[in-house]
Amino acid sequence: MLRKGADIVIETLKEEGVELVFGHPGGAIMEVYDALYRDGYIKHILARHEQGAGHMAEGYAKATGKVGVAMSTSGPGATNLVTAIADAYMDSVPVVFITGQVPTHLIGNDAFQEVDIVGITRAITKHNFLVKKIEELPLILRQAFYIARTGRPGPVLVDIPKDITQKLSDVPVPTFDEVKESLPGYRPHLEGNLQQIKRAVRFILEAKRPVMYVGGGAVQAEAQKELVELAELMNIPVTTTNMGKGAFPELHPLSLHMLGMHGTYYANMAVYNCDLLIAVGARFDDRVTGKVEEFAPQAKIVHIDIDPASISKNIVVDVPIVGDVRIVLRKIIEELKREVAKTLYPEEKQKWIEQIEAWRKKHPLTYARSNSIIKPQYVIEQIYEATKGEAIITTGVGQHQMWSAMFYKYSFPRQFINSGGLGTMGFGFPAGIGAKLGRPEREVFVIDGDGSFMMTMQELITAVQYRVPVKVAIINNGYLGMVRQWQELFYERRYSEVDLSVQPDFVKLAEACGAAGFRAEKPSEVREIIEEALKIQDRPVIMDFHVDREENVLPMVPAGKSYRDMILEDGKKSVEAETMYLVG
Amino acid sequence: MADTVGTRGLEAIKAPLFREVKKGEMRKHIINLTVRNELGVLARIATLIAGKGYNIEGLSVGETHEKGISRMTLEVIGDDVVIDQVVKQLRKLIDTLKVKDLTDTPHVERELALVKVHTATPRARDEVLRLVEIFRAKVVDVSSETYTVEITGTEDKIKAFIELVRPFGIKEMARTGKIAMKREGSIQEEE
Ligand SMILES: Cc1ncc(C[n+]2csc(CCOP(=O)(O)OP(=O)(O)O)c2C)c(N)n1
Ligand SMILES: [Mg+2]
Repeated sequence: MLRKGADIVIETLKEEGVELVFGHPGGAIMEVYDALYRDGYIKHILARHEQGAGHMAEGYAKATGKVGVAMSTSGPGATNLVTAIADAYMDSVPVVFITGQVPTHLIGNDAFQEVDIVGITRAITKHNFLVKKIEELPLILRQAFYIARTGRPGPVLVDIPKDITQKLSDVPVPTFDEVKESLPGYRPHLEGNLQQIKRAVRFILEAKRPVMYVGGGAVQAEAQKELVELAELMNIPVTTTNMGKGAFPELHPLSLHMLGMHGTYYANMAVYNCDLLIAVGARFDDRVTGKVEEFAPQAKIVHIDIDPASISKNIVVDVPIVGDVRIVLRKIIEELKREVAKTLYPEEKQKWIEQIEAWRKKHPLTYARSNSIIKPQYVIEQIYEATKGEAIITTGVGQHQMWSAMFYKYSFPRQFINSGGLGTMGFGFPAGIGAKLGRPEREVFVIDGDGSFMMTMQELITAVQYRVPVKVAIINNGYLGMVRQWQELFYERRYSEVDLSVQPDFVKLAEACGAAGFRAEKPSEVREIIEEALKIQDRPVIMDFHVDREENVLPMVPAGKSYRDMILEDGKKSVEAETMYLVG
Repeated sequence: MADTVGTRGLEAIKAPLFREVKKGEMRKHIINLTVRNELGVLARIATLIAGKGYNIEGLSVGETHEKGISRMTLEVIGDDVVIDQVVKQLRKLIDTLKVKDLTDTPHVERELALVKVHTATPRARDEVLRLVEIFRAKVVDVSSETYTVEITGTEDKIKAFIELVRPFGIKEMARTGKIAMKREGSIQEEE
């Protein structure tokens, strides 16, 4: 059937199962918006800034596991998407970005609203395309979805010149097999090398002090069941990264919670002293390893990852296994079940678990409580209790993000949504809107910083327009708190340009937009307003928590330092961490 | 140790341990790529290498016998460990079909140079012609003042030739990047 390029776009999106897109129109993409209007099936969320649309698509994708879609016009519309594209790239989020482009004959002419967005995003997309002929349009769009969601997921951008959206063609939408065949250079490796799997099994059987270190790849692969099974079968404690939260339930007795810069004492001590580290869908980020020479210095390392380029990138590993985390774990478990009787050191392993429990008792996650001033950690604990640990949490970037990682306990994958790799302030609120639209049955709390919220707060009106009942908890310390903390600890308290005490009245702001607004200034008000907020289900809510301004995120391993240099919750260095190197 | 597990505790050792961090040698690598000849494929490869802070020392691209498939040879000076990472990332690109670091594999490599040499005097003409003969090169353009010589061979051979004609004065020079191919046989031909 002859139809416009713009109609092919909509037809292909529907073929891919897309029901919801986020975006902002403009000249170069008007045809697509017209087709969207005429067709009427796909719901569109009109963000107030393309960055917002991009993060909403990410939040939607992270919460649902489906591919998110964000659209914008050419030029400034496209450049406004760039931060979200980079964010999706760093956190391996499957999002297809569709940008309008100036008509083909004007490309390269510095035409009105022309930017080379394909060039700009080359280093921050998994792949990108400029559509040159209408005949390629449906194939490219389907390739974009296929590439975005398979292998190590990531953002794919499709740039469509305006004339191509206007031309007519009867080119059919290709089938899935045709799409796969059209990409001979793209074959994600899923199964894992059997030889390496057998070696991993042997290492696991021989370990005295094993630890599993689990990252975002395990969330993407939906491997929670396998992780729990392996941990319980072999009695292996599990620590997760920021991105890996929820891949292993944090209330499980074998959970060590987060490791790394703001990891728990017991997770970091366990990693530092282990003799076998099983890295699962994690990438040895510098926020996790600190100084690499002293990261798990006694350990043999098994690394399971879908991305061959992630393996042995920062640390050379002993057993590399390229494959889908869930499939590989399943194979390891099956092998282990046959061999479990051959476990060499069950007693040592028991001692190891006891040692970890001693560390856990000695330095649990904690903070100095107060009756007069709201502690930020207290707010998060209260949100945790009020939501029974069942809410989806999104965050901005800063101290509040780390407290959200520490003081909410996550039990299911895709529950904790934040910007891990790029660390994008302003991510949390639009991502929360996207998450709530994707998972309407769940409460979604955006635990945001005052600084972070102000970076994308224009989306408040978007949430009001579409009646998205996200709950925004602003951990309002009147500071760019994380930067202030570093200035306190490493720059002799020279607080250079971090004061945010001049800020809008967030309650009035909420009301001005037609949202609900509450404020808490005393600890006794905290739970009260959370309960009030939970009653509201027809519009967004802003809770403005005025918290202790100079609270710090602890424990902390200073950047580039070893776990031995860990600063504990009392602000002092840990003597044990400095001196203890265990042997089995 | 205050918080080890009593008598059943694990033993503690005194000195900190360090993980050996593998550092490679900096040297020139020759990487062969088979790619789909799609829009932007070269830019993607260049972006990736520039992103590691490395410079592309040599590059040649040409079509293969298969339609739409090109062959590229890249020369990059870099740390072995980082290059290994680069190769893995190149393989991940959607439009690359094959990527191989040939540096440590027996391979044939060739490049071509055009060298325009000052040959204003009869003596210079004689000498340059003799060199051309010795190096099995070819004079492809002649003027009253210059010879333009075409020479193919390995990098070393071309370097040697250039050094020998340099005293006469090189007016202009152009070199292709290397092209390389894995050896199948074990016999090394004479250069
Ligand atoms: C877009 C962006 N700009 C700058 C930074 C650097 N940065 C990291 S944390 C932070 C402070 C964040 O302040 P706020 O959102 O109020 O959170 P808090 O640390 O106070 O909880 C800054 C400026 C960043 N991560 N992202
Ligand atoms: Mg703040």
